[in-house]
Amino acid sequence: MTGSRPFAPTDDDLSQCVRCGLCLEHCPTYAETRLETQSPRGRLYLIRAISDGVIEPTPNALGHLDSCLQCRNCEAVCPSGVPYGRIMEQARADALGRGAAPFSWRLRALFLREVIARPGRLRMFAAALRASQRVGLLSLAQRLRFVGTSATLAPRTRGQPFTDTGLIARPEGEERARVAMLSGCIMPLAYGDVHRATARVLARNGCAVSAPAAQGCCGALHAHNGDLDTARALARRNIDAFLNEAPDAIVVNSAGCAAAMKEYGDLLTGDAAYRDRAREMSALVKDVHEYLVGLPFEAPTETLDLSVTYQDPCHLAHAQRISAAPRQVLNAIPGLRLAEMEDADRCCGAAGVYSFTQAEMSIRLLDEKMLDALNTGADVIATANPGCLAQLEAGVRRGGGRARVRHVIELLDRAYSATGI
Amino acid sequence: MPLSGEISTASPLFDRARARLAPVAASLIKDLQSAIGVKHVLHAPEDLLVYEYDATIERGLPEAVVLPETTAEVAAAVRVAKRHGVPVTARGSGTGLSGGAIPCEGGIVIVTARMDRILKLDPANRLAVVQPGVINLDISKAAAPHGLYYAPDPSSQKACSIGGNVAQNAGGPHTLRYGSTVNHVLGLEIVTPDGDIVTLGGEALGAPGYDLTGLVVGSEGTLAIVTAVVVRLLPQAQATITLLAVFDEVRQASEAVSAIIAAGVLPAALEMIDGKTMQAVEPFVNAGYPPDADAALLIEVEGLEEETSEQAEAVRATCEVSGAREIRIGMSPDEREKLWAGRKGALGALGRLAPSYYILDGVVPRTRLPDVLSGVYEACERYDMPVANVFHAGDGNLHPNLMFDDRVPGAAERVLELGEEIMRLCVDAGGSITGEHGVGFEKRNYMSWIFSDDDLAVMARVKSAFGAEERFNPGKVFPSSKGCGEVSSRMKTAIAKIGPDAYV
Repeated sequence: MTGSRPFAPTDDDLSQCVRCGLCLEHCPTYAETRLETQSPRGRLYLIRAISDGVIEPTPNALGHLDSCLQCRNCEAVCPSGVPYGRIMEQARADALGRGAAPFSWRLRALFLREVIARPGRLRMFAAALRASQRVGLLSLAQRLRFVGTSATLAPRTRGQPFTDTGLIARPEGEERARVAMLSGCIMPLAYGDVHRATARVLARNGCAVSAPAAQGCCGALHAHNGDLDTARALARRNIDAFLNEAPDAIVVNSAGCAAAMKEYGDLLTGDAAYRDRAREMSALVKDVHEYLVGLPFEAPTETLDLSVTYQDPCHLAHAQRISAAPRQVLNAIPGLRLAEMEDADRCCGAAGVYSFTQAEMSIRLLDEKMLDALNTGADVIATANPGCLAQLEAGVRRGGGRARVRHVIELLDRAYSATGI
Repeated sequence: MPLSGEISTASPLFDRARARLAPVAASLIKDLQSAIGVKHVLHAPEDLLVYEYDATIERGLPEAVVLPETTAEVAAAVRVAKRHGVPVTARGSGTGLSGGAIPCEGGIVIVTARMDRILKLDPANRLAVVQPGVINLDISKAAAPHGLYYAPDPSSQKACSIGGNVAQNAGGPHTLRYGSTVNHVLGLEIVTPDGDIVTLGGEALGAPGYDLTGLVVGSEGTLAIVTAVVVRLLPQAQATITLLAVFDEVRQASEAVSAIIAAGVLPAALEMIDGKTMQAVEPFVNAGYPPDADAALLIEVEGLEEETSEQAEAVRATCEVSGAREIRIGMSPDEREKLWAGRKGALGALGRLAPSYYILDGVVPRTRLPDVLSGVYEACERYDMPVANVFHAGDGNLHPNLMFDDRVPGAAERVLELGEEIMRLCVDAGGSITGEHGVGFEKRNYMSWIFSDDDLAVMARVKSAFGAEERFNPGKVFPSSKGCGEVSSRMKTAIAKIGPDAYV
């Protein structure tokens, strides 16, 4: 069956689903629409039906697959262990591969491949975005029909871009480890401050931190969108870039990137030349909070008199199953009060490029998230992924109160250095 | 597990779907659209396909699916169905285990998933009024701040709807002490097959006259469609203790079940998990189940603090006498939840062992458990079919899970054959064909093992009294030779009459 369709999900993966329905209430799109077609169980059934030729990959059917956030909440709660994330990526790859994907979907793949994956073009794109932000073009666009929602959700840049490579921070005190840091694609342009904070925090904890110059985008967005070829090419580039430095760990402050990099082994399982190194690489990848807790990190002494609520990035809580470590970091900060929101691990609607491709659903999820966040009365909404940061900032811009949005590591950095946030 | 037989390249899974993905009369769709809005009427093949299943292995494709939000919309959809002469099947979350929500004869599926509001929470009178699409666990969540909860707790309680619970008279681990759904429903709002809205029972206890509420609970959607439910809420127990007793042999565990009750303890729950199940569950939940044990009992006692610790002690002593090799006690909510996690996640975890499972639901007198269980294991061995048992031992409510590969031609038939043999074992031991999953499509032909033709004729007259005939959930509960999802003669005629041009 997979002979002529190299990307199609395997029968073994698909048959893991026994349709028990325990995923339903954990699916953000099912919660919103109450439609079985927009539930994990329904989507798996559609994928299997398309695979078996029972239904055609019509725009309607593919639309149901496309409306999936790939937040993998379902995967985390699935008692049968259905590898939903992998299946969805392969199903999308199959649709793209056989030319069935709608135009907008292919256009997106093109943008991801030709802009996001290419540092030079991405910098130009970011500069244009930055300029339109500065001259007020984005705020203007927010008021327009059709593009208004996307303009609202478009990420705003904060601080200077992060362009450092090589050894970017020396350990304070005795060297405990040599770590390499992922710079990524959008993160260094939009959230340079977070990268600098991460480097300082790691250095403070005895790490020599490097940012390999040859690295690039992790390929997560490409894989999620079904462009597995590009995702694999990017993975290979990063494997070369990082393993050549032989670091003790590869530390990543973006949940989506770490999740993807931890799955390089899986992604390149069919690549004889890279399979082993991909596994080696995946084993070295650590989410920054996971890494700090494992060190363990030094407790900060400066007080941050703040009420903070934490939004679990899906690809941290569900894909990597890490939810305690970021909270441990926050709770270690003197004076900081962690005020948990309802359903902290429900997707905020960012989901990579979802906020642009499915703006309406994205906004619905965002508004609910903001309501939950604001109900805690927190001064700061903390999270750990660039997509979530941008989305929650958009939520605040949409009138979601005065809360500030910060990466957890930024807060820890401040608690080490005693400057205001 | 060994999966014998070869896997065919074309899965037989969708065979019936292929046959049934036939176009549908345009006028039916149009009328439904004007009744409840275009947006909430589904008719594209790929939208209908996902309503052909529930958590069983049966399939049946609807001609249209509607998702009403109000009782009035349900009634309107039912009237459209009546006018067009098509059957109606109600569906909640589709987590049922007897094929109850599958439209065996096509027609309209009314999905209650959008009717998910808690209409009223009345802590003083300890009740709640909820729409049928409300998720079972959400009632307890809403009641928790008042120290109350909704007692029936099917293992799917995080996903199953209260409407589905009412239809199947759902039980759960705590049925042993608190009873099943019927004991916790005070009143219902229903839509009749004629599209009338009727209220049964109410918020006060002890309604005079016939207990029509009790009649509709467990009627599996064949008499009425429930559009609102008045549920009883119970105060949370002051103290709860959960024990896990591990045994080397299934027989020891099943004997301990009767011994515990005989010792004068009525646990809130008394569950058995066999070795196969523990092995499946352990990697997923890390409940700490020993890999080599043959069976474990999960026992929960609750009540006032002093009484509870006394009961826990009695349970512990009884299990020791019965030969338990290890007993763990969970006092804190975290510890207890961990002990329970393996039980609640068991069903789905079995999906790790085989592509499909078929879960049976039979009841035997508690004292017959050891013998019937041996019979179950013996039969499964004879069929060379892996089986995992995880069930409500205190109620004598067995749930053998037969594991197989639905892609192997003939596998499903063999499973059904074995299932029938096991159900026969239960009935012969003086038991019944369903404890809590309902008869549905799956077990309708076993009804005649328990009921005479006269009994069944009386039931059919009850159905007639509601005006239901074959309009609500046809093909369920009553014996019939027709297979689920077979194109009915009614549909064939309808399709032939309208002609290909009239399809949407």
